[in-house]
Amino acid sequence: MTSRVKGVFKQLLLYRSALIGLAIILVLVGISVYTIFAIPYDEAVRLWRAGEQHWLSNPRNALPSWVNLFSSKKLPETIVLDTSEPKPGASKVIVPVLERFSQVRIDFSFDYQYDDFPSELNLFFKSRFNVSAPKLTIHWVKPNGEDYALNTMIISKEDSYYISNDDRLAKELRGLISAKINRTIGYDAPVALLLFAEEDVSILDPSTARVMKGTYRLWIEGMAFETNVDVDACLVVYGKVYGWAGTDHLRRDLGIALLWGTPIALSFGVVAAVSIVLIQMFIGAISAWFFGKVDTALQRVTEVFMVLPFLPVVIMISTFYKINIWVLLLVVIGLTAFGSGVKSYRAMFLQIKEFPYVEAAKAYGASGFRIIVRYLIPKVLPTMIPSMVLSVPDFVFLEAALAILGLGDPLAPTWGKIIDDAFTYGALYKGLYHWVLEPSVMLAVTSLSFAMLGLALDKIFNPRLKEA
Amino acid sequence: MGGYVDEIVKGELHLSISQSVRQNPAFRHLNETQVRELIDALYENELKRIGFDKPFIYRSFIYLKDAITLSLGRALWISSASGSTSVYVIITERLPNTVLLFTTTQLVLFFIGLFVGLFLSRRYGSIPDKLAVMLAPLSSMPGWFYGIFLILIFASYLRLLPYGGMVDVPPPTDSLSYALSVLKHMILPLLSWLVAYSFINVYVRRTFFLMFSSEDYVELAKAKGLPESVIQRRYILRPTLPPIVTDFSLSLIASWMGAIITERVFNWPGIGSLLYSASIMFDTPVLVALVVIYAYLLAITVFTLEIVYAILDPRIRMGGMR
Repeated sequence: MTSRVKGVFKQLLLYRSALIGLAIILVLVGISVYTIFAIPYDEAVRLWRAGEQHWLSNPRNALPSWVNLFSSKKLPETIVLDTSEPKPGASKVIVPVLERFSQVRIDFSFDYQYDDFPSELNLFFKSRFNVSAPKLTIHWVKPNGEDYALNTMIISKEDSYYISNDDRLAKELRGLISAKINRTIGYDAPVALLLFAEEDVSILDPSTARVMKGTYRLWIEGMAFETNVDVDACLVVYGKVYGWAGTDHLRRDLGIALLWGTPIALSFGVVAAVSIVLIQMFIGAISAWFFGKVDTALQRVTEVFMVLPFLPVVIMISTFYKINIWVLLLVVIGLTAFGSGVKSYRAMFLQIKEFPYVEAAKAYGASGFRIIVRYLIPKVLPTMIPSMVLSVPDFVFLEAALAILGLGDPLAPTWGKIIDDAFTYGALYKGLYHWVLEPSVMLAVTSLSFAMLGLALDKIFNPRLKEA
Repeated sequence: MGGYVDEIVKGELHLSISQSVRQNPAFRHLNETQVRELIDALYENELKRIGFDKPFIYRSFIYLKDAITLSLGRALWISSASGSTSVYVIITERLPNTVLLFTTTQLVLFFIGLFVGLFLSRRYGSIPDKLAVMLAPLSSMPGWFYGIFLILIFASYLRLLPYGGMVDVPPPTDSLSYALSVLKHMILPLLSWLVAYSFINVYVRRTFFLMFSSEDYVELAKAKGLPESVIQRRYILRPTLPPIVTDFSLSLIASWMGAIITERVFNWPGIGSLLYSASIMFDTPVLVALVVIYAYLLAITVFTLEIVYAILDPRIRMGGMR
């Protein structure tokens, strides 16, 4: 047996497509192993289901960072400046005045050299005080020295100011800039654009508006009517690129689902493909060996399962129980166990049953079970390896398809889940192609690798297909 | 008996009836006990209408009898676009859409597979043949998956074709532009299946023809000096027809069930999306009807095929006639 495996492997190395397929599968297995150890499953589920709060400093619908390598237009990264973590560019000074007041002064400054506007701007506050909440005035200074007062607010202990969602501010800024360039800005320019754009005629059209490059400042001045006051602020200038995979509509890092999708897809596909072939073969062998009543019963059951529509039954079961992915795997195996394969294996075993070596086994008194496991199945199994490998992609895609129908595992981050989210939130309408393409490419690469390996194996095990 | 599905159906029924009674201004003057009695009475009535007053086993036999006699009855929840709850009307409303798209697709796929496969098997080892073999792994991905890419390219990026659906909104009034609009919406789903399945079809057919063209009688025909076209038609195609016809008829029948995921991706109002909504709403009569009709079609086809085999392949003879 081992020499046979070696032989097959040697032949396999002669096919370039098989080598490529095998290499890809190894890489995918490597990714899976890395993922399982680097991000434990519970952690992945927690991150994936954490909701927007957890990912508050990630940009929404961001592209992967590496797009900047291929484009002359540099998209902004996210800039986070926090006064509680001392870093150049963020400072705060709080001084008591006359032993009754406190004066707060916070300064942020950052260099902005990107070619596109940030997607959002938020300011988060954390403060400590006894009775008197600090009142803060927030200013924005552009590289050309222009100073805009953004807002004046009294903050609570945990507060936030969504600068880019402030419609009043947008209106005010439009008015100010319109007056400055003596032309009216005729569209609803968003705050992020107004705060970062060059102030000339180019701002009149969103397609020509340019970023003013240079050092920006945001300074906050405030007052509190007690001395025991502390204020920390965090400025987040959300970019348009994030990480190696980008983010989705809930600011989640797509990388987590892409990574975790790999072990889930591989194990789902391989376990389903292998166990279904084995179970069908076993049922076929029993049916052929113990003909008569057993055979009739098994064949009728098979026919019933063949008429049952597979997908609707799976849909019903998963709508009903909201099952997780491993139970889904069991359901799939259970429903396919009596598939059409049983019929063809039975036909094969009916022939093999009459072979002299089986007769010999019978003659020395081997039990039916022993003959099935040691004589019948090993004879057919090798020829079925190619179709086993070839059917792996089917099950990988089945998982994705169920996710697209909204019936996948409600917790697990999988490739199908990402595609489903992307579809539901109109990624294709909005041109957020990375959201659809990344999981799709993973699916495509996985299925192609198994298909290439399977077709090469097919040529080895069924030499009639061999190329001249 | 009947399990949780029954409980869900009953619960939903009770909820919708009590809501409609409580929101109905005509029943405002009733007091609480009267309202409850009314709800219970309506609920019992409704249970009788959908047959849930009888035990599950008994109902199963009713379903079975109705199914066998093809009296399809009424859907529990789903209604047709025209407002009917008759399962027959619901299915016949969806059927043309599915036949139009998927039967066309299967026909095109079949003929591409047949003719290109035959062509390649005669030019074994040529560049087009090698290309077909090389591209065969592409078929490991399903049609809907290519659909996503096609939507991305042709609808989202190039903005040439619609994202999905069957006709423009609002539908064109004259029949010519209506037909054109439907055709325009058919292109992407059709194309996605062609890209997905034609390579493997061609590959399988080519391999199949190759095996048969190395039979002795083909060699003999060649030796006799028969023209190529005669060899192809009479010596290769004819004896290989039975399995081909089997594949063809079974795939036509399967196309009757539509394609749940492709229809969802392309928002195509066919049998597949009906199956989907029936399964998630537990609308048993619709599901039973679809499955039973499929089973009938399958049985009829398999039976017809037995006869067709004997006509097609002179070597197959049923019974002992010589």
